[in-house]
Amino acid sequence: MSLPAAAPLVRPLIETRGVTRVIGGDIPTTLVAGIDFAVQPGEFVAVTGPSGSGKSSLLYLLGLLDKPTTGEVYVNGKATSELSEDARAALRLSSLGFVFQFHFLLPEFSAMDNVMLPMRALGKLGDKEMKARALDILASLGLADHARKRPDQMSGGQRQRVAIARALANDPLVILADEPTGNLDTVSSGQVLSIMRNLADSSRVDYAKAIIIVTHDLDLAAKADRRVHIVDGRIAAPALQND
Amino acid sequence: MSLVLSIATTHIRARLRQTLVGLLGVATGVGFSVMMAALMEGSQRDFVAQLVDAMPHISVTDQRREPPPQPAEDAFDAVEIHGLTTPVIRPGIKNPYAIIASIESWLPGAVAPSVQSKAVLRFAGRDTAASVIGIDPRREPNVSKLATQIVTGSLTDLYKSSNAIILGSGLAQRIGARVGNSVTVVGGNGRTISATVVALSRTGINQLDESQAHTLIKTAQILAGQTGLVNEIRVRTRDAMSAREIAQRIEAETRYKSVSWLEANEDLLAAFQIRNFIMFAVVGAILLVASFGTYNIISTITHEKTRDIAIMKSLGMQARTVRRIFVLEALMIGVMGVLAGWALGYAMSLGMGQVEFKSPFMDATRLPILYSPMHYLLAGGVALAASAIAGFFPARKAASLQPVDIIRGAS
Ligand SMILES: Nc1ncnc2c1ncn2[C@@H]1O[C@H](COP(=O)(O)OP(=O)(O)O)[C@@H](O)[C@H]1O
Ligand SMILES: [Mg+2]
Repeated sequence: MSLPAAAPLVRPLIETRGVTRVIGGDIPTTLVAGIDFAVQPGEFVAVTGPSGSGKSSLLYLLGLLDKPTTGEVYVNGKATSELSEDARAALRLSSLGFVFQFHFLLPEFSAMDNVMLPMRALGKLGDKEMKARALDILASLGLADHARKRPDQMSGGQRQRVAIARALANDPLVILADEPTGNLDTVSSGQVLSIMRNLADSSRVDYAKAIIIVTHDLDLAAKADRRVHIVDGRIAAPALQND
Repeated sequence: MSLVLSIATTHIRARLRQTLVGLLGVATGVGFSVMMAALMEGSQRDFVAQLVDAMPHISVTDQRREPPPQPAEDAFDAVEIHGLTTPVIRPGIKNPYAIIASIESWLPGAVAPSVQSKAVLRFAGRDTAASVIGIDPRREPNVSKLATQIVTGSLTDLYKSSNAIILGSGLAQRIGARVGNSVTVVGGNGRTISATVVALSRTGINQLDESQAHTLIKTAQILAGQTGLVNEIRVRTRDAMSAREIAQRIEAETRYKSVSWLEANEDLLAAFQIRNFIMFAVVGAILLVASFGTYNIISTITHEKTRDIAIMKSLGMQARTVRRIFVLEALMIGVMGVLAGWALGYAMSLGMGQVEFKSPFMDATRLPILYSPMHYLLAGGVALAASAIAGFFPARKAASLQPVDIIRGAS
């Protein structure tokens, strides 16, 4: 790959400074410790590490689903720790897209309605535009014929692709995926993998978006531009793995 | 359809049986509340209406609330009186027609005099005690229902013969007299007249029908030995509720004691208020219990939907939006319950209205039912408010859920 990893003098889309998360209780547990990490527009970063090393915990902090005990998370240059619950939710809705290991689709709604959910919550588009956009995204992920199906009428791979479509619904700045292929067979994994790579390629064209994937799938990690390895809640080695 | 509404409908639709149970709870609560209110207020209104119909709205009598003033009190500004008896005054209202004319000059309503006397009816060799009431047949229909209670003949038949009498139907039956018969009426001081039965009256209240007879004022005055005096002036006001104020004015002007029906039945009306309070307490309790069902359903749904709530919140849905979903679900159950409850309440009211009561003292009657939109609005409003509150608490709990707690566990 000859493309540059990141354009210089561009503000990171997501950045952490000294982020530590300790969970209280009788025996306090440190989930992540002293993470300094930045993702530039156009980047596709894989977060790897052994099971229980704190990869998911880091992703939740990056995704404003959790708050650091100390340190700060910046989204598009904006400090987030002082934001209200509602403001953090609003930022998630407009700027972040999540894909989890489990698809988390609403079971009673069609693929289409699931994809439209974030759009409707944001309320920027009219009904027709939302439908058209949802269909577009589903079609681009090879789900044109499944738009009307409910999650229980689809295969695991299809469901996960609907979940990716939902993450893309509001055209987020950063897509955060936590083991998106963890529950999938090889074929479906391959599909999800190439979808992620395509997304990364298209976002690299205009340097507008970034993708962060937590995985211990080495094939998937290999597709990333950069790897961040976590051990015991810390970044183990500088990003040497960059090809 | 808004997002909140479509999610709420989906949840409700997927739980038809639970929804139906909750709906029936609300419907039963609303239905019974409506029926109870219809029955309670119906019987109360009916009772008051009968009271207002049967009684003069204001009764002016020759009694006084205070002893009449001593002559010395008229002569001096301040006097202290020892050992004097109150002056003797003759019972009865003097110059009744002058008083009637002066009341009529301003009163919105009607006025009629009456004379009460005790008498013994002698017919076919038997004596029967009766109360003979002297009335003015031209004025009487304006203040009482007597004219409509005449079953044979008419009120104006009293003018047909010099001493005419209308007997209560039960009384006539007891002494065996018929219209056209002549009965002997013996008044208080042994004054005896011979009267012709010209009509029969029937109120439906046996006690009255067996003891009452009506004559002209003049006839009753002769029997009572009080020529020119009447015992009572009865007033019927156009608006029964203004009787209290009008009675006060009449009393101030005539100095005769004027008692409105409201004053005469104060204890009864107070009892109605207690009854209403009890009714509201019971209705409130029914609706509260109904809302427990709704609370239960919404709690269950929020528990079953924990994962969905987590994902919606993680995607960026605001807590208040999540809260609205579940409050709306409670309200949907509430609205359907209220609609069904209205139908149920109406049907039960109709059914209750068919129930007939037989009493040995009265003619058979139906349960009086009052159909009032207020009852429906009130029961519906309280049920909806209870539903909203029942939904609010589980909704608030659901909305405060931290999505990361669920997602961490599920991944
Ligand atoms: N709520 C929690 N309470 C205590 N320990 C937790 C909690 N959540 C996660 N952990 C622990 O924190 C560590 C990091 O977890 P996680 O971020 O899920 O790791 P990974 O995604 O890399 O497998 C693990 O050892 C896990 O057991
Ligand atoms: Mg994990």
